[in-house]
Amino acid sequence: MITLNHYLLLSAILFCIGLYGALSKKNAIAILISIELMLNAVNVNLVAITKFLTPGDITGQIFALFVIVVAACEVALGLAIVVAIYRDRSTVEVENLDWLKW
Amino acid sequence: MDLQVIAFWIIAFVTLGSALAVVYLTNIVHSALALIMTFLGIASLYLTLHADFLAAVQVLVYAGAVSILIVFGIMLITRGEGRMCETNTFGKYKYTAFVVIAALFGVISYFIIITPWQVTNGIVAEENMGTIGEVLFNNFVIPFELAAILLTVAMIGAIVIAREVKNLK
Repeated sequence: MITLNHYLLLSAILFCIGLYGALSKKNAIAILISIELMLNAVNVNLVAITKFLTPGDITGQIFALFVIVVAACEVALGLAIVVAIYRDRSTVEVENLDWLKW
Repeated sequence: MDLQVIAFWIIAFVTLGSALAVVYLTNIVHSALALIMTFLGIASLYLTLHADFLAAVQVLVYAGAVSILIVFGIMLITRGEGRMCETNTFGKYKYTAFVVIAALFGVISYFIIITPWQVTNGIVAEENMGTIGEVLFNNFVIPFELAAILLTVAMIGAIVIAREVKNLK
């Protein structure tokens, strides 16, 4: 029998994998990809809680839809910023982006 | 064993395996391909949760649009000097990050397990696309319209930011 805990632990593992990528990668696009993984893990949480805790209510799925919208905006703007940075600096490795450091 | 249990474990292993591949592969194009596999795995996870509409949206938006956008971004900024296999390496915080996420996973899983979830054994309607439409246009109509405005603003902003800058000299 698959319970709610299975889904929540699965999405916790997925979130942690995404956070590991976001903290440890050098390439800015790899960091964006990892953030997408984290947002997907949150969506799995919302849908699983809708199924198991409030089955008659559909609010969790609606929230997952809004999260998908915001994630699409985030990846479009993030890639635009990465492309602009690449045009200026010819690199996207985050350890080289140090304008604010002196 | 129940068919649903087998399906869950297969989907879980495929999703987590490809998510690990996203992080651990050192060629960023391979990471993007593994990312598409992860998105498809999550879409099938939605199917096991009776969220048909969200599964379709996941395939359309994530596996279709977002991954194409990411592949385009990789194409624009990766001037491969013949070294594509080193485009996605780890930075200097590799081990620190591992300690942080191990601690975070410990905390999250501890609280998931000790929380007494009040599981109700109702059944989600198989055909909930109509319900989603009704709720979206009755209770959540203002967030829905705001999402449309947000998408427009993000699109214009992305064009403005990524546009070729005129040389000022």
